Amino acid sequence: MSTGSILYDHPGPRARARNAVLSVIFGIALLGLLYWIYTKFDQANQWEPRLWEPFTRSATWTQFILPGLWATLKAAGVGMVLSLAFGIVFSFGRLSDHWWISVPAGAVVEFFRAVPLLLMIFFIFYGVPFLIQGPVTAFWAVVIGLTLYNGSVLAEAFRAGIRSIPSGQSEAAYAIGMRKNQVMRIILLPQAARAMLPIIVSQLVVLLKDTALGYIVAYPELLQRGVNDLSANYGNIIAAAMVIAVIYIVINSLLTWFAGWLDQRSRVRAFRIPRQTGPAATAGATPGGDGTAVEPQG
Amino acid sequence: MHVFADPTNFDAYVSGFLWILKLTGASAVIALVIGVLLAAMRVSPVPVLRGFGAAWVNIFRNTPLTLVVFFCYFGLYVTLGLSLSQELDLNRYWLGVIGLSTYTSAFVCEAVRSGINTVPAGQAEAARAIGLSFAQTLRIVVLPQAARSVIAPFGSILIALCKNATIVGTIGLLESSNIMKDLINSNGDAVIPIFLVFAGTFAALLIPTGYFFGWLANRLAVKR
Amino acid sequence: MRIKRIAAVAAVAGLAVAMTACGGDSDEGGSGTGAGGIVSKAESQKKLVIGVKADQPGLGLQTGSQYEGFDVEIGKIIAKGLGVEESGIEWKTTVTANREPFIEQGTVDLVVATYTINDERKQKVNFAGPYYIAGQDLLVKSDSTLTGPDQLAGKTVCSVTGSTPAKRITENYPDAQLEQFDAYSKCLPLLEGGQVDAVTTDDIILAGYAAQDQYAGKFKVVGSTFSDEPYGIGLKKDDTAGCEKVNEILKAAAEDGSYKAAWDATLGKSGTPAPELDTTKLTHCGAV
Repeated sequence: MSTGSILYDHPGPRARARNAVLSVIFGIALLGLLYWIYTKFDQANQWEPRLWEPFTRSATWTQFILPGLWATLKAAGVGMVLSLAFGIVFSFGRLSDHWWISVPAGAVVEFFRAVPLLLMIFFIFYGVPFLIQGPVTAFWAVVIGLTLYNGSVLAEAFRAGIRSIPSGQSEAAYAIGMRKNQVMRIILLPQAARAMLPIIVSQLVVLLKDTALGYIVAYPELLQRGVNDLSANYGNIIAAAMVIAVIYIVINSLLTWFAGWLDQRSRVRAFRIPRQTGPAATAGATPGGDGTAVEPQG
Repeated sequence: MHVFADPTNFDAYVSGFLWILKLTGASAVIALVIGVLLAAMRVSPVPVLRGFGAAWVNIFRNTPLTLVVFFCYFGLYVTLGLSLSQELDLNRYWLGVIGLSTYTSAFVCEAVRSGINTVPAGQAEAARAIGLSFAQTLRIVVLPQAARSVIAPFGSILIALCKNATIVGTIGLLESSNIMKDLINSNGDAVIPIFLVFAGTFAALLIPTGYFFGWLANRLAVKR
Repeated sequence: MRIKRIAAVAAVAGLAVAMTACGGDSDEGGSGTGAGGIVSKAESQKKLVIGVKADQPGLGLQTGSQYEGFDVEIGKIIAKGLGVEESGIEWKTTVTANREPFIEQGTVDLVVATYTINDERKQKVNFAGPYYIAGQDLLVKSDSTLTGPDQLAGKTVCSVTGSTPAKRITENYPDAQLEQFDAYSKCLPLLEGGQVDAVTTDDIILAGYAAQDQYAGKFKVVGSTFSDEPYGIGLKKDDTAGCEKVNEILKAAAEDGSYKAAWDATLGKSGTPAPELDTTKLTHCGAV
């Protein structure tokens, strides 16, 4: 089913009138709610210029928000590259014919998918130094935490993707004398990668948002710098949180839009018509996929 | 393990996980209801509803949960004066539930919407042909069929929700992550066993949940 | 069947990358003390890494790329005494929970971050100082009638999750309700909005918030402390020489007026006179 419009008839005059009435009623209710919130915030003096004035100063941006944003993007970028590597390695590991590879690989993936990232990052920062007898910086605690979790999610996505390729493909490849390695590398992976591309990108959105958990080890990312540290200077914590939320929404929307665009592109190529946007949609619609690919972690 | 032999610590550990389970339970139900409603809005014939659904999903899916929970506390409670309980713990708990379910509902909505997409167009067309309205088509024909294909994504969402419940710790609820931090701060020599117990408990809760949903999804899958 | 071997090798390589990645990163982590202690490091490298708080006005506040506050000034005095220029100091943000790990792991050389000397911490790190004796107190609205912790029954107090002040409230004043966050700065909107009746932590920290421009005249510190919090300077546990040297520097700073100057430039701005630094109370640096 391609779009919602299949679910209802083309609206005639009566339906159009009814829809218009519904629109107006719902719209008024929504505006009323927004206005109520606005006045309540006003009563609490949240719109006072004093609280918002810091955002017109260049120092706020150059000293707090942009360095925080850079730290967020840096951790997300490095985390993404490592997650992809982790995901590929462990999905291959899990598909291996040898139990002594597939079982441990499966256990690792299942474990890291089940542990909350917050606990993971905290442990890497405070616990791992005891194991390796040396310090772990906040940056690497965040990046490794992100890698283990998102890498495990991606490993499952890749595995589902590889398994979703029609068996005729690998059978044909074996028939012309390819080894398993070649079948994986030359036949299955390129096809799976195309199907998986939107999921990979939407996982980046999850990963980018998760960098905010770096606050637990005082990693100076966007939330820490832009909300906590900035408001310690100006006492404008709610205003600061609003500005930072908008920045997150803009960046992630761009990424989501990119994911949707890739999705559409790959679907056109693969002669699959249904138009869907957004990561969850993609996860559910992956042929044969078990839908575990995208998880809405914090 | 000497850390957990101390009854105070053990009680703290249990109460931390009880909060996680309670947060997960309540938020799952509420997120499911809101998410299905949002999905219905997003495929409805009323443009304002479609826009509202889309805005909701785009805002909450793209904001870190930490910030969503922050706004529930500092927006709803501190600024708008919405107090949900005289008892601070319960107040934090319900504000946390609101944050978690608002955030999770965006993912539920998208899963349901893609589930709707898996139902063959002929089903809805047939429903319309026999004169069913939009609401009837959705409720009687499309959603029951879509339900089967959203079980697997729902499993993932539930698992993520349970892990995300730890983020409610940022507004002071003493759930597992805060308890673990506290135990580690006072038992610096036992960092690794403490972590393994907490991580192990999450794994013991969530890995079977994942397999259960996988099994259920396979059992109910529509073979087309 | 080569795929399995490749997968195995790649898995091992992946783990190795992850391991070296977390172990061998030196520029992010700063260059902490080597084996020789801070005195020899200051002499040979002319550099020090000092851990301070980033979100406590008056004590350690990050204002853009700079840090300012009383703790920061004390850090500068110590660096100077060790022969390190101000340009040779690398400031590093520490939070309550990571001060011991930062010292033990050598991420920082010194910690001057509202760091209370107590026996539990002494098992992990060495303390010089104290350079200031703080005490737990309450911050309330200017028109509040609260005069001390005994009146907290049925009232709501805000503090940081898992902190000593928070624990003292739960243990000694169980009739008070406790709001907890990861930073004190989140308590202030609640105090302003009336959701909590008081914010509690060390008096000096509270005074720093009360003196901030945006809260001027709104809050007051009650002024009846109910604990002693001697603020020390944290160093590696085995760095006795460094600790003794820091104590000497503090003694000299008390005599030549630089301690008073540090106070006057920061917390003293609101007119509070500088406290006397009681040099007879300095620690023995772990020596029994």
